[in-house]
Amino acid sequence: MDIFLQQIINGLTLGSVYAVVALGYTMVYGIIQLINFAHGELVMIGAMVAFSVIGALAGTQLPPVLIVLAGILVAVPVCMAVGYTMERIAYRPLRGAPRLAPLITAIGISIILQHVALLVWSRNPLAFPQIIPLVSFNVGGAIITGVQIAIILTSLLMMVGLTLMVYRTKLGIAMRATSQNPQVAGLMGIDIDRIIAFTFIVGAGLAAVAGVMVGTYYGIAHYSMGSLLGMKAFSAAVLGGIGNLAGAMLGGILLGVVEALGAGYIGDLTNNVFGSNYQDVFAFLMLIAVLVFRPSGLLGERVGDRA
Amino acid sequence: MRAGLRQMNILSPARAKWLGVALIALTLIGLPFALSSVGTAWVRIANLAILFTFLALGLNIVVGFAGLLDLGYIAFYAVGAYAYALLASPHFDLHLPFWVILPIGALVACLFGVLLGAPTLKLRGDYLAIVTLGFGEIVRIFLNNLSQPVNITNGPQGISRIDPFSFGSFSFSQNETIVGLAFSGPIKYYYILLALLLLAIVVNLRLQHSRIGRAWEAIREDEVAARAMGIDTTRIKLLAFAMGASFGGIAGGMFAAIQSFISPESFVLVESIMVLSMVVLGGMGNVWGVVLGAVLLSFVPELLRYTVEPLQQSLFGRSIIEPEVIRMLLFGMALVLMMLYRPAGLLPSAVRKRELTKPQGREA
Repeated sequence: MDIFLQQIINGLTLGSVYAVVALGYTMVYGIIQLINFAHGELVMIGAMVAFSVIGALAGTQLPPVLIVLAGILVAVPVCMAVGYTMERIAYRPLRGAPRLAPLITAIGISIILQHVALLVWSRNPLAFPQIIPLVSFNVGGAIITGVQIAIILTSLLMMVGLTLMVYRTKLGIAMRATSQNPQVAGLMGIDIDRIIAFTFIVGAGLAAVAGVMVGTYYGIAHYSMGSLLGMKAFSAAVLGGIGNLAGAMLGGILLGVVEALGAGYIGDLTNNVFGSNYQDVFAFLMLIAVLVFRPSGLLGERVGDRA
Repeated sequence: MRAGLRQMNILSPARAKWLGVALIALTLIGLPFALSSVGTAWVRIANLAILFTFLALGLNIVVGFAGLLDLGYIAFYAVGAYAYALLASPHFDLHLPFWVILPIGALVACLFGVLLGAPTLKLRGDYLAIVTLGFGEIVRIFLNNLSQPVNITNGPQGISRIDPFSFGSFSFSQNETIVGLAFSGPIKYYYILLALLLLAIVVNLRLQHSRIGRAWEAIREDEVAARAMGIDTTRIKLLAFAMGASFGGIAGGMFAAIQSFISPESFVLVESIMVLSMVVLGGMGNVWGVVLGAVLLSFVPELLRYTVEPLQQSLFGRSIIEPEVIRMLLFGMALVLMMLYRPAGLLPSAVRKRELTKPQGREA
């Protein structure tokens, strides 16, 4: 039982990170129907930038919370700038082009970002300096660490903030209008280009924070960490119903929990034929299963059948 | 118009063209000997270039003809390679001849293609991209881990001492002297690869304007309209996917035989991206464009390896940018810049050019 609870806690932690990344995918998809393959790389850049800052400040006597906060405060604007540049250079000129074109540039951008990161930070992973004291609490036999609590709370905060922004502000109204019908939104006086750029910037900001969280959780960050995380987060977004904010959150958390439980129990269930090294397979199997049985996702209304 | 195109592609009546073809043929036949005088390494590079051209032609069926973005193409290559390795190596002590295994490899890869394509091809194209991406990862994870409890793939160590191609006692891995010319192993492989490549080119050219090829074109341009015209879109797309997968399977088998060693390391996402870049650079849907793209992207990185590295050494005394990184940046740039400035590729197919530059209004 305590293993079960432990896996649920681990799953919730990782799941809330997936959820935050999935929000970025789903927002961009909702507004311009593009799978932004490079979104995972934004997470990576966020983690790398933050780790560099944190590493530089680790020697000072500042409190650890401030150091991590400084890392986030540098990483977020950097990622936002990268996200904006990406949209301007690679996606905006192709907005009227056939669907294949922006998908291919997205892949290209992702490769470029990854290898620029390799040039900047080299192949070796950056390690998170030992500055955060290990705090842990015992919950019914399972252990939850301070870092896990911080990750879950931060994610919740960002999800709430984003929801408020999309549903309660003028900017949010403009975003929703643009995603429903860009032409008409344009006629109503909404500057679509600005709104789309803004969507990318918000998504990139979320990705940066997610990068710091996942880096802190695992203790390392490296140039190729983005692609797998990105793929999983995208699976989460599809699971929840792509284009749907609540769906992305639900999908992310669900995926995290399924993955954790799967990794925890697959050995027992299959008599150790398959071990926890198959953990990364679950996300994709789930993605394929969702596409077969419910292509519109758990909360999506739109049927995913537009050529 | 269509008949005219076909003639231009295959049998142009113009003498000059035949002369050109003869020249190219002579160059291709003489090439390995010229290369081996520089170094056998270059013959191997040429072999891999042909292999990748073959792969790119396979992917061209999927991406170029049918307009489906497959980002896990290398997985089919992996399936073909492992099929060959398992059936012709000391690993299971099976030693089937290559002409039996290559079709098996193609068939298995095709089966995987159908299994993957059947559920996803009903949906809109973008999902296919991400599902194939995931599939590529899954295959690699399985190859890495299927060494327990029954050792099937031998895990990350890979499978070694794979049999070379051979007819009876004539093995493709030995050196031999025929009519005064020294044929090394790679040179022999060069010719068989070249023959297979020619076959692939012919298949591609014939497919392009066949009934199926026109159906693919229709789906690519407007799927809803194509369906209204009575095309069973899911089935036709699945056909493209399966056909591309079989090409990958055959190429994989040849790769295993030539290298005589394979491991999951050879089948990473980067390789899928590389093949895609070849197709995109040359011109999606244009057979000669794809060949050009594949040859360029196979040789240019090698040339860079031999020029940039020494240049950096002499300028800075050490290597600042690894050739591998330059190679990848090159692929990334190729994808982005081509899409932005020349979406139909270096040698665009006429139809593709019209499609990709068609003004569609700003919002879509």
